[in-house]
Amino acid sequence: MSERDFEPRIIGFLCRWCSYPGADLAGTSRITYPPNLIPIRVMCSGRVDPTFVVKALADGADGVLIAGCHPPTDCHYQSGNIKAMRRYPLLMRMLDQFGIERERVRLEWISASEGPKFAHVVAEMREAIKPLGPLKTNGTFADVSFARERVPFNER
Amino acid sequence: MSGKPKVAFYWCASCGGCEETVVDLNEDILKVVDAVDIVLWPVALDFKRRDIEAMADGEIAVSFINGAVRLSEQEEWVELLRHKSNLVVAFGSCAHLGGIPGLGNVANRELIFQRKYVAVPTADNPDEVFPSEAVTVDGTETEGPYDLDLPSFYDTVKTLDQSIDVDYYLPGCPPPSNLVWDAVTAILEGKLPEKGTVLAPNRTLCETCPRNETKPEELTISEFKRVATSTPDPEECFLAQGYICMGPATRSGCGERCISGNMPCRGCFGPPDGVVDQGTKILSAIASIIDSTDKQEIERITGAIADPLGTFYRFSLPGSLLGRTRMGG
Repeated sequence: MSERDFEPRIIGFLCRWCSYPGADLAGTSRITYPPNLIPIRVMCSGRVDPTFVVKALADGADGVLIAGCHPPTDCHYQSGNIKAMRRYPLLMRMLDQFGIERERVRLEWISASEGPKFAHVVAEMREAIKPLGPLKTNGTFADVSFARERVPFNER
Repeated sequence: MSGKPKVAFYWCASCGGCEETVVDLNEDILKVVDAVDIVLWPVALDFKRRDIEAMADGEIAVSFINGAVRLSEQEEWVELLRHKSNLVVAFGSCAHLGGIPGLGNVANRELIFQRKYVAVPTADNPDEVFPSEAVTVDGTETEGPYDLDLPSFYDTVKTLDQSIDVDYYLPGCPPPSNLVWDAVTAILEGKLPEKGTVLAPNRTLCETCPRNETKPEELTISEFKRVATSTPDPEECFLAQGYICMGPATRSGCGERCISGNMPCRGCFGPPDGVVDQGTKILSAIASIIDSTDKQEIERITGAIADPLGTFYRFSLPGSLLGRTRMGG
């Protein structure tokens, strides 16, 4: 697949109080933005366990957006977005070690009134991930063979 | 041979520590030997592959297999044992989740060979000779030449259940003798839990930790410390002191051996049921309690963790969601 044809599949974990309504506003305001993001509504960005991010990547997503309320005071649960903020840098360093480019995982603060910002972030992510190509995880990284010339037991 | 149930022990990519734990049954090993016939145990007894091949399918009551799978020969052995065994138990961290050899999954065969046979200061290998799978040895002094086949070395280390179907798991590096004894007894008495069960308590280490009482109501970390450069207090919760302890994301049942030795948990028992990825889970737990709300300061504090992947997946990389690192994009 050439770079021009490749369309990244991005999973968006959007918080129920700010960012999901922000995405909704982008739609009701008829803002045009690329259709690459698959939204998943969660109660809070603090509920987005790094496991969700890694599972999305392992299961075939090319990128992940985590979006929540603006810190320090906007979180409906007071400190959920702060927890997301604390996890992000360490998660990114660990993903560096896994060989997953930084452009693929993004944390953004998007309020319920920021429809244009949501549209802009999705467009930016698409542009950033397109040149990287697909992540090709397929459970584990497919570019490294699990076994070489294995002879099945019954044929030995 | 008597009519006693047959038991096999086998090792793959492992250090031999799991064999120690069998010996650590002490006098109880005599009871095991009374109750079963050991048909294979490379560390202690001289049985050959052909002895196992001559057996009927399912003739061995249970095979305890330790070590990860990284050579084609290991894969052939475990497939053979799977066919000949009624039950297969993945014995120890390496067979369970990949263990320490599983950290090889941050590289591949080429990188490992380059490091091992060329780059290390003690390597004396000017012709850059690497192990290869088909070798001809001239053997002029005998009746050579001989064609030798060596096992192939995989790019990726596998857990036992990524190679063959596994019935039960005994976690730990190595599994403590009491859990081994419980497992052997359960198998002999036929009182087995559901297939796929990890034969250890389904609780986190924190729940059973002797230092649990000293954990503050609201745990925070403002600085990460390392046991290499400072000595932890012998009574207080490691996380409260700033030492990375895998306790919150690790299964209990080990007998808190490391904790008693004033070492934080390193996670050898793997996660409890329901946790799909030990590494991201402990990352979540530890990062969430950093005592800062400032982006730069959070980056500075977590920056002290030199190797997040190796720390959080020390025993579980092959069995984790991603399984290995990505090579060459």
